Amino acid sequence: MSVLVILIFFSILVAGLFLAAFLWSVKTGQYDDDYTPSVRMLFDDQPSSENTSSTNNQNGNNAS
Amino acid sequence: MQHSCYHCGENCDNSIKIEEKLFCCEGCKQVFLLLNENDLCNYYDLEKNPGIKAKGRFADNRFAYLDNEEVILKLLRFRDQTQSHVQFHLPTMHCASCIWLLENLHRINPAIISSKTNFQRKEVFIVFDESKISLRKVVELLAFTGYEPYITLNDGEKKKEKKISRTHIFKIGIAGFCFSNIMMLSFPDYFASGNIEMDQLKHTFQYLSLALSLPVLFYSASEFFVSGFKGLRQGWLNIDAPIALAILITFGRSVYEILSATGPGYLDSMSGIVFFMLVGRWFQNRTYDAFSFDRDYKSYFPLGVSLLEDGKETNIPVSRLKKGDLIMVRNEEMIPADGILREGTASIDYSFVSGENTPLDKRKGELLYAGGRQIGTAIQVEVVTPVSQSYITQLWNNDIFHNKKNKEQSFIHPWSRYFTYALFTIAFLAAIYWWVNDPAKLWPSVTAVLIVACPCSLLLSATFTYGNMLSLFGRKKLYLKNSSVIETLGKVRTIVLDKTGTITHHHASLVYFEGETLNDQEKQLIKTVTSHSTHPLSKMIAASLDIEKTDRLAIEGYKEISGKGLEALVNDHPVRIGSYDFITEEGSLLPYFPNSLSNQGVHVKFGNQVRGRFLVSNDYRSGLGEMASALKQDGYEVHILSGDNDQELENLKNIFGQDLKVLFRQTPQDKLDYVKRLQAEGKKVMMLGDGLNDAGALRQADAGIAVTDATNLFSPASDGILDGSMVHKLDKLLAFARTSKTIVTASFILSILYNIVGLSFATRGLLQPMIAAILMPASSISIVIFVSLYAKLASRKI
Repeated sequence: MSVLVILIFFSILVAGLFLAAFLWSVKTGQYDDDYTPSVRMLFDDQPSSENTSSTNNQNGNNAS
Repeated sequence: MQHSCYHCGENCDNSIKIEEKLFCCEGCKQVFLLLNENDLCNYYDLEKNPGIKAKGRFADNRFAYLDNEEVILKLLRFRDQTQSHVQFHLPTMHCASCIWLLENLHRINPAIISSKTNFQRKEVFIVFDESKISLRKVVELLAFTGYEPYITLNDGEKKKEKKISRTHIFKIGIAGFCFSNIMMLSFPDYFASGNIEMDQLKHTFQYLSLALSLPVLFYSASEFFVSGFKGLRQGWLNIDAPIALAILITFGRSVYEILSATGPGYLDSMSGIVFFMLVGRWFQNRTYDAFSFDRDYKSYFPLGVSLLEDGKETNIPVSRLKKGDLIMVRNEEMIPADGILREGTASIDYSFVSGENTPLDKRKGELLYAGGRQIGTAIQVEVVTPVSQSYITQLWNNDIFHNKKNKEQSFIHPWSRYFTYALFTIAFLAAIYWWVNDPAKLWPSVTAVLIVACPCSLLLSATFTYGNMLSLFGRKKLYLKNSSVIETLGKVRTIVLDKTGTITHHHASLVYFEGETLNDQEKQLIKTVTSHSTHPLSKMIAASLDIEKTDRLAIEGYKEISGKGLEALVNDHPVRIGSYDFITEEGSLLPYFPNSLSNQGVHVKFGNQVRGRFLVSNDYRSGLGEMASALKQDGYEVHILSGDNDQELENLKNIFGQDLKVLFRQTPQDKLDYVKRLQAEGKKVMMLGDGLNDAGALRQADAGIAVTDATNLFSPASDGILDGSMVHKLDKLLAFARTSKTIVTASFILSILYNIVGLSFATRGLLQPMIAAILMPASSISIVIFVSLYAKLASRKI
């Protein structure tokens, strides 16, 4: 039974980590726009006929 | 056979064509070519006809003020050696293709490093390399593709970003986390104990729950305590007070039970209440993001203006204009201040001020008012009164605007006050009763009473109903400022309608020709000439001539004289199309009668013979007749106010009935006074109008709704915005608003029933606190479901 206590402690710890991650993600503005990402993920990448276009795209998304 | 433009979907003929794709104008065709060159035709695959009809090529100097370093500094969010950041509001963003194109701008011009959109706010955030592309060119690119950014003075003054909404998410996240974990930790309490180890475990879990409930109490629930305390300071118990009290009591009792090991406490219930409350409020706030209502009058004026000094032209921010400055106003630009026309021919479109589409011709030395748009060649204006004192802003500063509209207290509030007092009385009485008869039952019954009878159901029913209705209204294209407007809409019985733009289509007016019927050849001549012009009247006339233009006739010497008309030589026929002045120019000077019927219209002259004229009449929105009779049946009084002359009296009476109350030649002040008079008779007035001219009246009315066909033109004085295409559904929209009271009352009654049943058990000490704690969220959830379903069903009728 004492194992349970340890288990619960750890599970709360892990859950707490997830909470921290959630709070951090809100703080860095990931939840400011909750609509556009749902549209954005449906776009297809163009085949890279232009060599820098797709990498530019990625860099752009990370930069903003 | 009607064709539609491949780019924007509007009707077009088959004169502009590329490989089987038709376009309605050069503008659309140019955008298509640009996208095609850069391999961006995916734009057209994501949605059908996603393009926005460009208003024709803009004047080269239109965005010249963006070269001004001071303006650039105001607009840029960030700047360093390699990157500059800017954020724009793009009102024409409307679909997935828009998002796609705007995020692929770097493929059109690699100097744009990246761009990211926020669809709900209709914003784009662009990172670009200023050494390779200037801010002005970025804006020009956006405007060219149809996404002209809405740059206003507010942008220039760096509006504070609203970060408040994040706190809500934090609070909800934490409350949700703690709530679910506490629930999980409560599991052992549900099972019978006998096992000592189990008991020890239970204690540990209970203390854990206690620890978890602390952030909920102190952080997530803080707004209830703050609000309840504020209400208390003002001497009354508002709707947050019982919630705050219930939370405190639940918490207190739980702490007591846990510390004294007498029970499991109700921390799951407590955190559950907080969580559901917060979610309800967040739900409501979501619907506000689509339209921002924080605009004041300054939002209408362009940010920069061309100042002429010693023959040199510089761009300065509008706020720096002073009396005596000479400014240049180009085609389609708005006059930013009252001034006297010094050079050039002015044809001013005052639709913002007076609602009239037809431009007024002004002569040198005449006073031009701020808010008008110049149509034609550039004019020079000497500033008389700079921005803050102009006629339009005087209307804004009219004392009407400073009086806050009578904030009628929601009918929920008085009820909740009595409820709270009643509740406290019941709890107190139960306490006394049990103190005398059976002290053991005192605490259980009192806390059960306070817990089970939490008026949070009352708050929820209002919050969820209104939140739900706000978003349902939004789906029907009526965007309201806040939920109290819904209540007001349900109460109004008198409706005042503006004519121009509200019950008429804003720009698609009907054209008919006065004079002997034109034969095909003549129609061809006219159509050829007018199709070269981007003036709205020309386009309307060209569209109204119902002949197929098979091939373009030879045209020479085409001249468009702004504010006057067009002239050209078509197949050696001299053609002149334009204003009365223009037509009679070549002959003897006839006296000029402003606003006289005989001078209205677009006249046509072939050679020396005046052929007749095109009269542009109002095109009423469809479905008005049914709407009018439905409104009458529902008991509404309809009034119509118009800035035009009484030409339309018969048409209006045909639509709205012979007993229609209608007044013509109404100035903005007249409309405001009219609304005031109706209100003085004790009537609740709803006003529908558009543009700045109705602003005063919209503010004055109990519910002022701005009608618009384009999302970037709206009045900050309104309580709501209605899309023009939904005006004919006004009767159904109002019926839906009326049902709000029914829905709220019904859910209110339901929650009262819950409370009565619960209280009857609680006061007798028969209600186990556990059951009470379950009943409460259960009742809240069932009310939410009920309200949502009811509202959704009611909205189907619209």
